[in-house]
Amino acid sequence: MNDYEIVTAARGDKRLCAKDYIDLVVKDFMELHGDRLYGDDKAIIAGLGWIGDMPVTVIGVQKGKTLEERVEHNFGSAHPEGYRKALRLMKQAEKFKRPVLCFVDTAGAYCGIDAEEHGQGRAIADNLAQMSDLKTPILSIVIGEGGSGGALALSHADRIWMMEGAYFSVVSPESCANILWKDTKRADEAANALALTANKLSRLGLIDRICPESSVKELPKQIYEELRQLKSLPTEDLVDARYRKFRKVGY
Amino acid sequence: MELRNLFIKANNELESSSLRPRSRKINCKKCQSLISVSRIRKNNFVCPECGYYFPVRARRRILMLTDKRSFVEMDADLESRNILGFPGYEEKITAAIEKSREKEGVICGVATISGHKTCIFSMDSNFMMGSMGAVVGEKITRLFEYATANKLPVLGVTVSGGARMQEGMISLMQMSKVSAAVKRNSNKGGLYIVLLTNPTTGGVDASFAMLGDITLAEPGARVGFAGPRVIEKSLNQALPEGFQKAERVLECGFIDEIVPRSEQKSYIGRLLELHEVSNE
Repeated sequence: MNDYEIVTAARGDKRLCAKDYIDLVVKDFMELHGDRLYGDDKAIIAGLGWIGDMPVTVIGVQKGKTLEERVEHNFGSAHPEGYRKALRLMKQAEKFKRPVLCFVDTAGAYCGIDAEEHGQGRAIADNLAQMSDLKTPILSIVIGEGGSGGALALSHADRIWMMEGAYFSVVSPESCANILWKDTKRADEAANALALTANKLSRLGLIDRICPESSVKELPKQIYEELRQLKSLPTEDLVDARYRKFRKVGY
Repeated sequence: MELRNLFIKANNELESSSLRPRSRKINCKKCQSLISVSRIRKNNFVCPECGYYFPVRARRRILMLTDKRSFVEMDADLESRNILGFPGYEEKITAAIEKSREKEGVICGVATISGHKTCIFSMDSNFMMGSMGAVVGEKITRLFEYATANKLPVLGVTVSGGARMQEGMISLMQMSKVSAAVKRNSNKGGLYIVLLTNPTTGGVDASFAMLGDITLAEPGARVGFAGPRVIEKSLNQALPEGFQKAERVLECGFIDEIVPRSEQKSYIGRLLELHEVSNE
């Protein structure tokens, strides 16, 4: 597959969604709703559960598979309320010293009049700033689409993993081709140039692990090990290492 | 400021008049009135006829907001590289340097504002639409780290189309990097004032532009996450009057105050004064 084919496959309705991963990894999941400010965004499902003997807070961008499901979850494009719900539960995780596990799968934050007027920019910015010194471990896994700022808002983590078939990009290849070359047909060229696949991002040192889709059953154990290891670090070292992780990007 | 920067000409209608008599006139982009350049300059680059805000270059902006000859630039030598080997990026950088006469899209340094020592960053829309790549992210991050270490307030003047596509995820992650530096500075009690100017959008809006303790904006400035054409296209409907304009964004609760250009320096000076006293 070329890079653009990876992008289109990552958008496909055959892939596992966030809820599938939650069911695979988290036992006894209890969904919690609402941002306590305005509403409850169904594009983001979040709650509590167990991984082995470890209580966790889990947050996922849910796309759904059927058209009906996709409409219900707004095609996995979150409003500011979704990012605020995620942040509320992350701060709660910090309070109760639970690690945070995020499953990222979004074409991007929702762009609409209400989303803008409820402060989409501020919501994403706030997540980045607050996650940067959250005093509990964060592991984010891009399971399908990692669409720009909307995906980044749940990826300011100690570890960023990607499923082998996922992508993570500053811009969609179509928009990139349209903006730079006024030609959406050159999306494959753009996809290749943007270095958005798990393999390329790993080589750039921007992600920490590539998870093969074929061994998805290993995932619960891998996540457990990683979170347990991160949890064993002194909080100050954990937060400091997270700062340095992003500090060195590009330099 | 480096001496040579005082002499190089900027490629901008209003800035290039040193080559021609000051009596040169240009048409206002909004009301089309023919007005002399010197009159526009004297009026803080605002059209004296209709109040249109001409775009202001990053270096000019610093001159307008800081005390005379107080600005000392930092990290002026950082230049972008084509890290991903993105097709056509070197040419774009070369053209941007030529057009803006700057090495990158943000200028950082220390100056005094009404006598108060302040770290300042000022973005330049003439450099690839003020887009943020690794150098822009790095310069602003370093400025915040310097401010934290030296207990200085930060003033940021934003204008940007967002993250720079040609550096892919490295650009996008600058949002995370700068936001983390802003948070660290805030944790240490540092003051951060943002002045949003037209336009502040995309990844800059969704990171450090929205993280100020005090958020000011220029009248009429576009402030938002998604571009208006993208929203219009995806919703298939016309956008309401005033959408994403500073006045509307203030109504929605995301801006503290809209400050006209003629009052910005004194307004910011008053904020700095107040925080200096309350920090004692």
